[in-house]
Amino acid sequence: MIIKGKAHKFGDDINTDDIISAKYLVSTDAKELGSHCMESISPDFAKKVQPGDIIVGGENFGCGSSREHAPLAIKGCGVRAVVAKSFAAIFFRNSINIGLPFLESQETDNINEGDTLEINISSGIIKNLTQDKTYKTAPFPKFLQDIVEDGGLMNYIKAKERKHV
Amino acid sequence: MGYTIAEKILLAHTQLKGIKPGEFIEARVDLALGNDITAPIAIEEFKKAGFTKVFDKNKVVLVPDHFAPAKDLRSANQCKILANFAKEQSIKNYFEIGCMGVEHALLPEVGLTLPGDLIIGADSHTCTYGALGCYSTGIGSTDLARAYVDGKIWLKVPASVKFVYKGKLNKWVGGKDLILYTIGKVGVDGALYKAMEFTGPVIRSLSMDDRFSMSNMAIEAGGRAGIIEPDAITNKFVSQFKRKGKFYKSDSDAVYEKTYVWDISKLEPQVACPHLPSNVKEVSELKDTKLDQVVIGSCTNGRLTDLRIAAKILKGKKIKSGLKLIVIPATQKIYLDCVKEGLAEAFVRAGGVFETPSCGPCLGGHMGILAEGEVALATTNRNFIGRMGSPKSFVYLSNPAVAAASAITGKITHPDKI
Repeated sequence: MIIKGKAHKFGDDINTDDIISAKYLVSTDAKELGSHCMESISPDFAKKVQPGDIIVGGENFGCGSSREHAPLAIKGCGVRAVVAKSFAAIFFRNSINIGLPFLESQETDNINEGDTLEINISSGIIKNLTQDKTYKTAPFPKFLQDIVEDGGLMNYIKAKERKHV
Repeated sequence: MGYTIAEKILLAHTQLKGIKPGEFIEARVDLALGNDITAPIAIEEFKKAGFTKVFDKNKVVLVPDHFAPAKDLRSANQCKILANFAKEQSIKNYFEIGCMGVEHALLPEVGLTLPGDLIIGADSHTCTYGALGCYSTGIGSTDLARAYVDGKIWLKVPASVKFVYKGKLNKWVGGKDLILYTIGKVGVDGALYKAMEFTGPVIRSLSMDDRFSMSNMAIEAGGRAGIIEPDAITNKFVSQFKRKGKFYKSDSDAVYEKTYVWDISKLEPQVACPHLPSNVKEVSELKDTKLDQVVIGSCTNGRLTDLRIAAKILKGKKIKSGLKLIVIPATQKIYLDCVKEGLAEAFVRAGGVFETPSCGPCLGGHMGILAEGEVALATTNRNFIGRMGSPKSFVYLSNPAVAAASAITGKITHPDKI
């Protein structure tokens, strides 16, 4: 899977309240959640983001609550992938489970706001087309790639059940 | 090579002969919890995928507690999804308001979480039950939907990190201070993807309620679990239930990625400053911080021990004029005990409000939201930007004694000063 888009930079410890404030958790609709994505820390984010763009974060991206509304909001506002130095564990598994692609890279400080990135989820290669640089990351373990390839956890479970029948 | 308690519990819930940190496993869960925010997505995903019957109606728990009693029409609809699903699936562990409580105080109280269990909950503070010597961890809604199907969860086995607390606790210092101190030391990602194990002589003499406060905030250091080996105190707590659970202990040759040893004899009450739980200072460093609101409650500190401490300080006193004091007992049982013991009266006579069990203002839901510029001290677990209301408000976190003392003076205050 190859994703190409503009980078939107965020810092360390971006938490799930930053990504989607609890007051919007009365909805499960990705589009509606997406219209409030990052509102508390970057009020214009949902307006300026273009379909296909990429969020670039620092350490511990997605820390805090278990709300799956956080990766849903990111997907819902049009962002196609997240690159960060590290991810909080529940955000990590929620993203896998709903099929939001992401990569862990220590090079995020070298990426500038607005850089055009091309990321290959299967190989783990990130190309910074603006700076003509390539960053290598470790691709997902096979078990997780299988879930993502099936289009999320529920599809994976259904596929597994079919194999058993 | 031996196993840690976390590894032993995980292994016991698989068909495997052995496990090691970093490995992906599929484990069988003893309990799958969801609330009014996370369960609606799980139920929707479960149904959308074409499934009709949960794997075991006795192992599914539904607690409408975040926006319940329903704060508005949309929350009411979310709560109703839980009620309908419980009825349709004959789930007896559905807790309607009236028997509801903040989930992580309620489940241990009714004996649903026991030593040795593997518990998943679509709520990050599910790690609370680790205080009983079980492996309990926060997961997402789709994980919950999958568990509804076959009672299983995919997990990466976490490496364990040991925290040893030595010395003697000062007056007014408890589980909340130990965990705030710990998060302050290691940072909000200091235990990222690790199983935290709390041990040492200080933990061995800590009450169950203090242990719950500690394990509750393991997630605030990035931990997957916050486990305390079960002992005589655990045994006394679980002896009231029919099921007793299984008591695991870490092997003497278990492998820990890291071990921290701290002498906490000089520890003062700790306060986390805006906007991260790791931004921790000693209470005396913050004596000029003026407050608009004090909140005592939540899955961290809304238990009877917490409210007794707060009431002892507030009894016969008045809170600072203009300050809002909000006290929220975490469950109906705690509510009733507060009434019986006169704690509710102490809070109300001091000028506070005594609310019905709910997560309420902790996550900025309802029943005490902060306006722009307002400053709160809360016994809750998170102080992120906008957590309790306006993105331009400020939340400090402390134990119930500091919160009560500060309500009286209107600024962050050491309880010794009252």
